[in-house]
Amino acid sequence: MSETSPSYSQAENDAGREFLTFTLGTEEYGIDILKVQEIRGYDAVTHIANTPEFIKGVINLRGVIVPIVDLRIKFNLGSAEYNQFTVVIILNVAGRVIGIVVDGVSDVTILGSAQIKPPPELASTLDTHFIQGLGTKDDRMIILIDIEALLMSPDLELIDA
Amino acid sequence: MTVDMSQFYEVFFEEAAEHLASMEGLLLKLDINAPDSDELNAIFRAAHSIKGGSGTFGFTDMTGVTHILENLLDKIRKGELALRQEMIDVFLEAGDVLKAQLDAHRSGGASVDEEIVANVCEILTKLTSEETAPATTDAPRQSAAPVTEKTRFHLAFKRVAKAKLENLLRELADNGDLKVQEESGNENLSLIFDTVMSETELLEMIQYVVSLKQVVLAMGEIDPTEFAREAFGFFEGNPGTPEAPLVADEEDGFGLFVSPAELKSQQEADDGFGLFEDAPGTEQIKQVENTASAAIPSKFTVAAPAKPTAPATTNPEGASIRVSVEKVDQLINLVGELVITQAMLAQTTANVDPTLYEVLLNSVAQLERNTRDLQESVMSIRMMPISFVFSRFPRVVRDVATKLGKQVELRTIGEGTELDKGLIEKIADPLTHLVRNSLDHGIESPEKRIAAGKDPKGTLTLRASHQGGNIVIEVSDDGGGLSRERILAKAKEKGIPVSDSITDQEVWLLIFAPGFSTAEVVTDVSGRGVGMDVVKRNIEGMGGRVELDSKTGVGTTVTIRLPLTLAILDGMSVAVGDEIFIIPLNYIIESLQPAEHDIKTVASEGRVVNVRGEYLPLMAMHSLFNIKPKTRDPSKGILVIIESDGNKTALLVDGLVGQHQVVIKSLETNFRKVRGISAATIMGDGKVALILDMAALVRMARN
Repeated sequence: MSETSPSYSQAENDAGREFLTFTLGTEEYGIDILKVQEIRGYDAVTHIANTPEFIKGVINLRGVIVPIVDLRIKFNLGSAEYNQFTVVIILNVAGRVIGIVVDGVSDVTILGSAQIKPPPELASTLDTHFIQGLGTKDDRMIILIDIEALLMSPDLELIDA
Repeated sequence: MTVDMSQFYEVFFEEAAEHLASMEGLLLKLDINAPDSDELNAIFRAAHSIKGGSGTFGFTDMTGVTHILENLLDKIRKGELALRQEMIDVFLEAGDVLKAQLDAHRSGGASVDEEIVANVCEILTKLTSEETAPATTDAPRQSAAPVTEKTRFHLAFKRVAKAKLENLLRELADNGDLKVQEESGNENLSLIFDTVMSETELLEMIQYVVSLKQVVLAMGEIDPTEFAREAFGFFEGNPGTPEAPLVADEEDGFGLFVSPAELKSQQEADDGFGLFEDAPGTEQIKQVENTASAAIPSKFTVAAPAKPTAPATTNPEGASIRVSVEKVDQLINLVGELVITQAMLAQTTANVDPTLYEVLLNSVAQLERNTRDLQESVMSIRMMPISFVFSRFPRVVRDVATKLGKQVELRTIGEGTELDKGLIEKIADPLTHLVRNSLDHGIESPEKRIAAGKDPKGTLTLRASHQGGNIVIEVSDDGGGLSRERILAKAKEKGIPVSDSITDQEVWLLIFAPGFSTAEVVTDVSGRGVGMDVVKRNIEGMGGRVELDSKTGVGTTVTIRLPLTLAILDGMSVAVGDEIFIIPLNYIIESLQPAEHDIKTVASEGRVVNVRGEYLPLMAMHSLFNIKPKTRDPSKGILVIIESDGNKTALLVDGLVGQHQVVIKSLETNFRKVRGISAATIMGDGKVALILDMAALVRMARN
């Protein structure tokens, strides 16, 4: 897999792209800022029976029913605690509104194409297929993920098979 | 004119479709032996409007068919031809052709088979050209004596393209004796036309082709040359601009207009000259007309129409506006949000001290009332009478019955019953299927019926009514009914496990099984067995239920129960552990707290509950949804008795919370389908509650 994955190369330009970075456990991840609708706290999730553990349930986001996925559980990263610091990133992907629970949002980072390296081939719970590249900012490594492809993948069970 | 017409296409399509539908309805209602002249006129008007519209928009194929159709209708209307069954048949056929043409224009798809069109036109023309029926015996009862006396009209056209005129001339020639008097200049033409048509009819005909501003018309015996000179003089005098002042032509010496304030009109009339009104200014003419017609001898008439010029006139009876469904849906959504917000507010204020916050509480109460009213009004926008669906069945019944050689009378009751537009669209197909089924399998042939001592004419009844929060639609026939033996035999043949002792109700339910048909022969009407299960699935998909009742030799009734709307549901909220679920109220028969000794086990696993002598399977919500309940003991919880697919089941919950109207929110918009859950809603506290899919839950519990 090279850094010329279609969704990436299309938006690639010298000015670089903006990524919202967040932490899961000790790792830092980045997603395309344009996919982010809003960031909010974690509250009042209605559990849905007979769904995987990482699907926390649904919330009422101003009249819209939005499913919430805890990526920490999905990827076995960090401890799945819910307190007033737990953050939900509301994403707009593939015409759907979906919330993801992360440990914390860091900042918005601009990465130029020179700062993005192709992802290594390795076995992990996160299919490398969803990794667009590894970004370097100062001495931080940011794992850039194709959040749309990830959330729409069958093993997240967010869409009808 | 270079106005872009395409922007009006959609309106025309809708109107034409409406006209076609009303035409069909009227045709089917028409009594052949004594046609009602009002109805004939209404049919004629519908055809005429379609013709006008299609002409305006350049859909010449439709204009062609409607024109021929109109000719025949006109003759019947005037009593020149007696109405016959075959005419109705061909009218209906022509209606179908027009519908197909309309659809073709609408979708921009393939045009209609020329042959079919030509065929229908030929039959229509043949019928039209038939000998005029003797008016003495066959003339329709209420129509006036046929007008046979011809009137002479003088017509002058100014600046009308040849091609356009040719059509009109041909049309005029069909309706009377036409003599072209003079062709002065390129596009000017004067005619003498002897016809039985009335002036209004003539004007109507003309105005489809040319603007009435370009026509001068006079009636009676006048000197044609003089007339032509007058007429064109009039045109010349007026530059043809609509703003032309009323009094522009006075010095020409021709009385080409009427001046309301002057006695001149009287004098001009005495001169024997046409009081051609100042055609360009139709608005002004209206003011003038009163004065003019009072003062003018009837020998001359004015060319300007008293009727509105636009063919697509608005219907004064139903003052309505067309709004796109999306806008209405958006409104409904917003009101849904408002209802939720209002509920939140009500919940919050419930805890405040009523003595301190009296004004606030009053306002909140007021808000609640207003919100409810608003919600009802908004929901009613989407409501349409079921006659929109029922109206198609006279035709279906007629066609199918004829094909099957059966005599069937269709009765519809409660056409005014209103339901959601979304449901109207979805209910049409299942209903059509049920009606065809009844006609094919239910109602027997006349011979069989006579042998059974029944009226040879069968009756099919469509009945709609409101029952509580539901709309109930019944399709019933007085036919042979279902045969228990045949269904059971068929079920065994299909390998469906059945015992001979099951109740009739359960036997009837078998016909909803996929691939089940007891018809001896597969006809092209029904019998392939792909129907009833689809009907059932469609109706359940709308949140409704189907029931079937039948008595051998007496008839069959299929009852469909539907919620009034797809957007709001009457629900009972129940608590299980910390969760709240909504059970659609229409599934609930009763709720009870059982005594300990009423709970029995079967084979040590399945639990049943004895409700007044009936043993119902018991399913516990907490085990279905893996929730930690407050109680596992049925005698400490509440049993909600639900009925789905004709089976009763007892559902164990911790307790009942309350009964509300809930706004249905799809889970699938942002998520996926969840087994046992039909949708979600937002409760008064802003939390999401899930709405249970009872049919699926019952199935889950069985497996």
